[in-house]
Amino acid sequence: MLQVTDLHASVLDTDNEILKGLSLSIGAGEVHAIMGPNGSGKSTFANVLLGRPDYVVNSGTVRFDDEDILGLFPDQRALRGLFLAFQYPAEIPGVRPWQFLKAALDAKRAYAGEKPLSVRDFSKLFDEKVEAVGIDPDLVKRSLNEGFSGGEKKRNEMLQLEMLEPRLAILDETDSGLDVDALKIVAEGVNNLRSPDRSFLIVTHYQRLLNYIKPDVVHILVDGRIVETGGPDVAMSVENHGYEQYIKAAAAD
Amino acid sequence: MTLATARGEKYAADFKALTESRPVGDWMAELRQRGWDHFDSIGFPTARRGNELWKYTNLATLDRGKFGFQLDEPNSVSAEVLRERAPWSDDWNTLVFIDGRYSKALSQVSSDDGVQALNLTDAENNETFRKNLGLHAAADENAFSALNTAFLTDGAFVQISDNHEGTSPIHLLFVTTPASFRATYPRTLVVAGTNSRATVMESYIGLGDERGFTAPVAEYVLNSGSGIDHYRVLVENEESFHIGITRVYQSDNSTFTSTSFALGPKIGRNDVHVLLDAPGAECTLNGLYLTTGDQHMDNHISTTHAKPHGTSHQFFKGVLSGNSRAVFSGRVLVEKDAQKTQAFQKDLNLILSHGAEIDTKPSLEIYADDVQCAHGATAGHTDPETLFYMQARGIDKVTAQAMLMRGFASEIVDLIGVDGIRDYVHGVVEEAIPRLQAAAD
Repeated sequence: MLQVTDLHASVLDTDNEILKGLSLSIGAGEVHAIMGPNGSGKSTFANVLLGRPDYVVNSGTVRFDDEDILGLFPDQRALRGLFLAFQYPAEIPGVRPWQFLKAALDAKRAYAGEKPLSVRDFSKLFDEKVEAVGIDPDLVKRSLNEGFSGGEKKRNEMLQLEMLEPRLAILDETDSGLDVDALKIVAEGVNNLRSPDRSFLIVTHYQRLLNYIKPDVVHILVDGRIVETGGPDVAMSVENHGYEQYIKAAAAD
Repeated sequence: MTLATARGEKYAADFKALTESRPVGDWMAELRQRGWDHFDSIGFPTARRGNELWKYTNLATLDRGKFGFQLDEPNSVSAEVLRERAPWSDDWNTLVFIDGRYSKALSQVSSDDGVQALNLTDAENNETFRKNLGLHAAADENAFSALNTAFLTDGAFVQISDNHEGTSPIHLLFVTTPASFRATYPRTLVVAGTNSRATVMESYIGLGDERGFTAPVAEYVLNSGSGIDHYRVLVENEESFHIGITRVYQSDNSTFTSTSFALGPKIGRNDVHVLLDAPGAECTLNGLYLTTGDQHMDNHISTTHAKPHGTSHQFFKGVLSGNSRAVFSGRVLVEKDAQKTQAFQKDLNLILSHGAEIDTKPSLEIYADDVQCAHGATAGHTDPETLFYMQARGIDKVTAQAMLMRGFASEIVDLIGVDGIRDYVHGVVEEAIPRLQAAAD
């Protein structure tokens, strides 16, 4: 589904290269985790996949369903089925979660050649998902993310994930700042959506979330490169021994 | 201080013609003359350095003598056109003015013991009317109050009886029909009796695309314990000149809550002054302005707290595109006696183009020592972070930007408590969004 080959990316208008030859491949239905120490480039990678304009891709390729997506705008990538659950979701004054999601879902359906859902059908779906994700119904009457706590913002990201049903969902440190209950809700959301044609890429610093979402493949990212790829045992090794072993090995290369 | 300029003879000729062809009683004739004399002595203000009140606003065009008062009967307008183009509800009490002239045929005023709403020339002998007209917007306050007073003809007089509540909204609808360089001088006086409640809306609606000049003056007098919800809608056209003056006088424990909306005219000014002249008065002034092209919109908003325990809010928002310019000049003056005053001011702007400019100057002038006051202003472009977030959900950039504009504006639009006005303003904003976007960077 996703093939990333030798990806190099820098912060816009600087020589500061963050991704230094990253390659990985995610098959349909797989759950991958990317772990790494602070500053290794995990979040940069997640954002580059969606085309955040703060980064420039210097070389390498990203193919999604065999299509080169690096030339596409973020919305075009989203319409093809990519989704990023943001580490720091934007606050949007005057736009209610309902309006926002309606616009997003309408766009998705239009791309697929489908009519927009009627307000009634959309509302029904929306209310169901709000309840499933455990969001306070009063919260969704406010402006999107405005005055939401960290946990509420993350739940709202999960609401969007469940509503939009992407083909590849990238979770950028969704676990940071969450208590165990919230963590379980995130995990439940992901686990419910797991299917043979939907894949996940879970970006995290800690092994914690992976207790609840069992990944098929775990990658260790150090200094903009993947230095280790394996099964869930790799995550356990990080939990027990930290990243030091991988940082040393990467420095020795 | 305003400075006299060389001005065209047109206004003088118009004034003479008006006096001859539309005679009024001695009382009003004298008032007109006072207005004219003052205008004649000072002329239009100039946008020159040192003229603090007008330094951003270039009025030279007004001075070239092209704008003329229309003595002929106004063009006819159908009720259907009004319903289509102006805020309208059959549930309201509506006074309609076409090109400055009262239209009895188009107006809809239901009889209500508690409210009098009539053309001001029919009110000339009313005691309350005589006592208050020109008391708060004095003929010699400035060039525009002077000019408006000089050309006093038709206008609205609304009187709400003591303790009267529950009247349907009163709509004062000032419509201009297509014509080049017509000048109109709408006048409004609203007096709210003790402990009364009312909703009063002023709309200035242009039916044509031609350049006109509208210089309304509205006076609001709130007696003890009274409350007025006020709306002011300006949707003339992008060639129009509109210099509006609103003066509000508040007695103890009265509440004036106002929301204004302006779709950029060529040159516009919303000049509001509220005097909280007795303890416990409360005043809220909200506003939204949208400008593009080479429009200029000036909100000159001032509140004076003269007595203790008053509360005031000023909350304005602007969306600017093209090479337009807007001014928010907000002033709150807390006088020495006005202890326990609470005053808040905020002006937030969304700037869509590099050519657009906002001059925002919220200012607090405080002479009392036990007060709670705060002010703030921002001017920013669409946040790229927010745009990326929205795009990452599949929403294209143009749609995302429109949603952000809509969201930004809705914070003021949603404050409008009368459905028919809110829906109308909402519709105007929706129509304006693509035009503002087209002129964005």
